[in-house]
Amino acid sequence: MSEARPAAADPRRNGHSTAPPHVADPAAEPSTAAAGGAGPTDRGPSLAGRAARALARQVTSRIPAADLDERDPDYIRDNLPGLWLLASLWFRGEVRGLGNIPDEGPVLLVGNHSGGNLTPDTGVFTLAFSAYFGVERPFYQLAHNLVLSMPGLGFLRRFGTVAASPENAERALKAGAALLVYPGGDMEVHRPSWHSSRIDFAGRRGFVRLALEHEVPIVPVVSIGGQETAIFLSRGEGLARALRLDRLFRLKVLPISIAPPWGVNVGDFMGHIPLPAKIVVEALPPIRLREEFGPEPDVDEVYEHVTRVMQETLDALQAERRLPVIG
Amino acid sequence: MRTRAAIDVAAPAEVVWEFVADPRHYLHFMSGVTRWEVSGERSQGPGARYRMLMRVGSAEVGGLIEVVEFEPGRELAWTSVTGIDQRGRWRLRAVSPERTRVELRISYGVAGSGLLGWLAERVAAPTVSGHLRRTLEQLKRQVEHEHSRRKAAARREARSRAA
Repeated sequence: MSEARPAAADPRRNGHSTAPPHVADPAAEPSTAAAGGAGPTDRGPSLAGRAARALARQVTSRIPAADLDERDPDYIRDNLPGLWLLASLWFRGEVRGLGNIPDEGPVLLVGNHSGGNLTPDTGVFTLAFSAYFGVERPFYQLAHNLVLSMPGLGFLRRFGTVAASPENAERALKAGAALLVYPGGDMEVHRPSWHSSRIDFAGRRGFVRLALEHEVPIVPVVSIGGQETAIFLSRGEGLARALRLDRLFRLKVLPISIAPPWGVNVGDFMGHIPLPAKIVVEALPPIRLREEFGPEPDVDEVYEHVTRVMQETLDALQAERRLPVIG
Repeated sequence: MRTRAAIDVAAPAEVVWEFVADPRHYLHFMSGVTRWEVSGERSQGPGARYRMLMRVGSAEVGGLIEVVEFEPGRELAWTSVTGIDQRGRWRLRAVSPERTRVELRISYGVAGSGLLGWLAERVAAPTVSGHLRRTLEQLKRQVEHEHSRRKAAARREARSRAA
């Protein structure tokens, strides 16, 4: 019986219990509290259940405590040439509108999320941002806990990737940094490939509240091509629920895709070799919420506005594309 | 990685120098350059700083640069302060009173970036040297046009004075 408690208590220690902007919906949270109640416990702890909880504990313990200081400008600079080769030759990346990002000060970059657990769009954008503004400008990205706790991905922290939590977002913005968030998170990044040209934030409005609270402009960052780096078939939401991944790992999806070298790829936990799809990213003019929506902006209205301008841009980018992958 | 390009311009070195020394002209003839703006108080001469960016592959690369050599009519050299490591130089030499040899050199790289850096420099080289070549071609057209315009204006003035 008491087996169920560590899994429910652990997340709180790591700041899960408050809704993060990345995977944010307060409504999704009560399930954590329910875990200690009737549902799973009356079946008794099975071996698989115990193993899953042990894994969940392992994952949460691996989530690095928020430390913006792990970002290392020299490390980023040393790795820009490699990133440049990958972005230029493999993805033929094209990044437009970086001049729209205010030259200094905190800014919330709101992107649509594509391409699976290791997102190629982020790599292309990080390169372009670091080259354009210099590695001296602090730039952080919020990522899902699972990405950060994955062995072998520790290098992301040196690039400025931090766990998606309100505390981390607040710290980054207070430090005057540019912060990249993907409100759509796991739901959007694993959408089927034929939904490539759809913005899908799954109703997550945390980013609007974040921008309002810290008085920072929102710069929408729209990208296309990531969803063509594999054949994404299904989010596998039902599967994730059946395996209780949402409770154990705050994971609402168990995506199924076809991707090299695995063939059928369930979960995408080990990443995959992305197809060389052309990736185009466009940064839009900054939206200053209180200037455009009055002193007390309506969160829903701002959300609708941001997703609408992003969808319009994505439609235009899609219209430019002649062929999938090739671009 | 070093890249260079050279061209002969049918104009005196002083006219070419006007274009080369003034950052306001750069966006008009520098190929691939998306930014070249004055950063700080000085806009010209030794110690002047510019923020420049050039489109190479999937990124605009460059950074803050500072003029370290400024010999009017002959040499202008800069080195990077932030961004990728670079050294650049304009070298002007009069071949004859009406002809100037213009050379533009840029060496670039990222110190400490290892094998991938070495590779990236070489992959970028054709793009960078293409930008340099087109820059000089555009510079030549603009300088020669300006020079012939000035000569025509001088002739008109001489004629009106004679009349």
